[in-house]
Amino acid sequence: MAGLIVRRLFQLIPLLLGISFIVFISLHLAPGDPASMIGGPTATREDLASIREDLGLNDPLFTQYFRYISGVVQGDLGYSYQTKQSVTEAIMIRFPNTFNLAIASIIVATVIGVGAGMISAIKQNTSLDALSTIGALAGISIPNFWLGSVLILLFAVNWQWFPAAGVTQPPWTLQGMKELILPAITLGTGSAALIARMTRSAVLEVIRQDYIRTARAKGVKEKSVILLHCMRNAMIPVITVIGLNFGFLLGGTIITEQVFAINGVGRLMIQAIANRDYTMVQGAVLLVATLFVLVNLLVDILYALIDPRIRYE
Amino acid sequence: MKDPVLTVEGLEVRFQGAAGEIPAVQGASFSVHRGEVLCIVGESGCGKSITSLSVMGLLPGSAEAEGHIRFDGRDLLRLNREEIRQIRGNDISMIFQEPMTSLNPVFTVGFQLMEPLVVHRNLSKKQAFEEAVRLLERVGIPDPGRRMEQYPHELSGGMRQRVMIAIALSCEPKLLIADEPTTALDVTIQAQILELILKLKEDTGMSVILITHDMGVVAETADRVLVMYAGKVVEEADVRTLFEDPKHPYTKGLLRSMPNVDDDTYTLEAIPGTLPKPGEIQQGCPFHPRCPEAMDRCREENPRVFTHRPGHMSRCWLAEEEDQDHAGESVG
Repeated sequence: MAGLIVRRLFQLIPLLLGISFIVFISLHLAPGDPASMIGGPTATREDLASIREDLGLNDPLFTQYFRYISGVVQGDLGYSYQTKQSVTEAIMIRFPNTFNLAIASIIVATVIGVGAGMISAIKQNTSLDALSTIGALAGISIPNFWLGSVLILLFAVNWQWFPAAGVTQPPWTLQGMKELILPAITLGTGSAALIARMTRSAVLEVIRQDYIRTARAKGVKEKSVILLHCMRNAMIPVITVIGLNFGFLLGGTIITEQVFAINGVGRLMIQAIANRDYTMVQGAVLLVATLFVLVNLLVDILYALIDPRIRYE
Repeated sequence: MKDPVLTVEGLEVRFQGAAGEIPAVQGASFSVHRGEVLCIVGESGCGKSITSLSVMGLLPGSAEAEGHIRFDGRDLLRLNREEIRQIRGNDISMIFQEPMTSLNPVFTVGFQLMEPLVVHRNLSKKQAFEEAVRLLERVGIPDPGRRMEQYPHELSGGMRQRVMIAIALSCEPKLLIADEPTTALDVTIQAQILELILKLKEDTGMSVILITHDMGVVAETADRVLVMYAGKVVEEADVRTLFEDPKHPYTKGLLRSMPNVDDDTYTLEAIPGTLPKPGEIQQGCPFHPRCPEAMDRCREENPRVFTHRPGHMSRCWLAEEEDQDHAGESVG
């Protein structure tokens, strides 16, 4: 088990280097000039040249990448072209908001998704199953920004149960939870739908297995047959979907943060892209990518914990 | 004769399919006596597994069972879910054909073995563990303490079937149903497993229903035999009578399709044709298209049950002359 984790951690190094390189190259290949964004419309040719020289933009790409990556390994993501602020600092201020939102969303998505999927499988071909299928289809189809606006309109403006925007308190306080609920539902609904579909098919697959019949033949209570014998096996594919979705949610906070005016990494990224703030975008994307990869590592570890056959491979 | 432990009367099982009702078992009646091994024989699809699943109350949702299954003074088909659950794994246990897939891959052998002990006998974890180790020892698993911590994929097929037997025997059932317990195993392991089942039967006095399609297994293990064809019991006799004086042409066919290495002149014969498809409506005896002795009457009328002597019954028109019990059940 420990060997598996160490092996997987070592595999992360080339992966993250590759990600950083791709992000770096694609940003530099994208049209737009950071120097003209910094200099503004009144900047002369000479001004722009001197800005480029200052930022090191005239150096060969590989030199620039090497300079960047040697900073990154020391925890220094560089300085914003726009605000001169440290990228690491700018991200770290906003990251907790994004992370809390993603966590809250994945909790919402998992609880709703696994619950609905399980019920729908056990009650296969009944009206409950149909309801859950329709719900899942709606969940996948409804765009985030629309759902968010409707939720704000109903629950914040109309009934005033929850605040309309902003995150001011930590998530473990009542006020913090209230602030997170609407954004978490907005962001988590699509994932909940995917998780529900996956859970349904996994449970239907497992429930036909011989060992479920054995459990029943032993006289195990139906509740334990489903929750213990069936779900533990069905969770293996479901956890993959939850893990992948958590990664998507981290990236997907961009729109939700915008709708709910949450000061997170997503909003930071939008501003940075608009301003051609290369270092800021690189830092944010690198962070999200790293988290995505780490979540996948976590999923692999969970696999091994759930399924003993994987531990020995 | 000793008291019956289980009595099945007029069992009918039907499946609801897209094309309508499909009968799987039609009017099966038999009983199992204390300490007896009853073998149910027949080709795949003849209804023998469905019969045993009806006893366990484990039929799939699309199936509907009628008739009576009496056990311990109760009709199992009339019990509610909770009542039948308390009997399963406790008074009646079952082992299945596929030891490779019958154990849950994500739980240890110990957990799966301790489960019925905790569920039915309310043992504490510690007591259940000790009892489980004792059970593993009893079914001939070496180093049981270590096996308890292992997962099914770490065990061979034979070992897994031994674990299944240990699970089935954990609550000292009165009746063990073994559904083709050796079909998926190597020949040498087959003999060991059958021997183990018979030995445990002797030790505990339980009754056994052994489902098989292998007449060799029947000869080795059975006290009485039930031959099933297309959802019906076509012959019932004690094992000696069945082998020496089979009445139904299907039974005769099964016996002829058994290899015999002692007799050089013996030729192995297969029964021509296949079982009728489930739901296929047929006039007359369901075996007549494959029967070498079929008469005109067989094509038109379904035979009723004829009694040759007490305990030996068959469902074939050829047996009519020998019938001793004209009050035999009439069959439509």
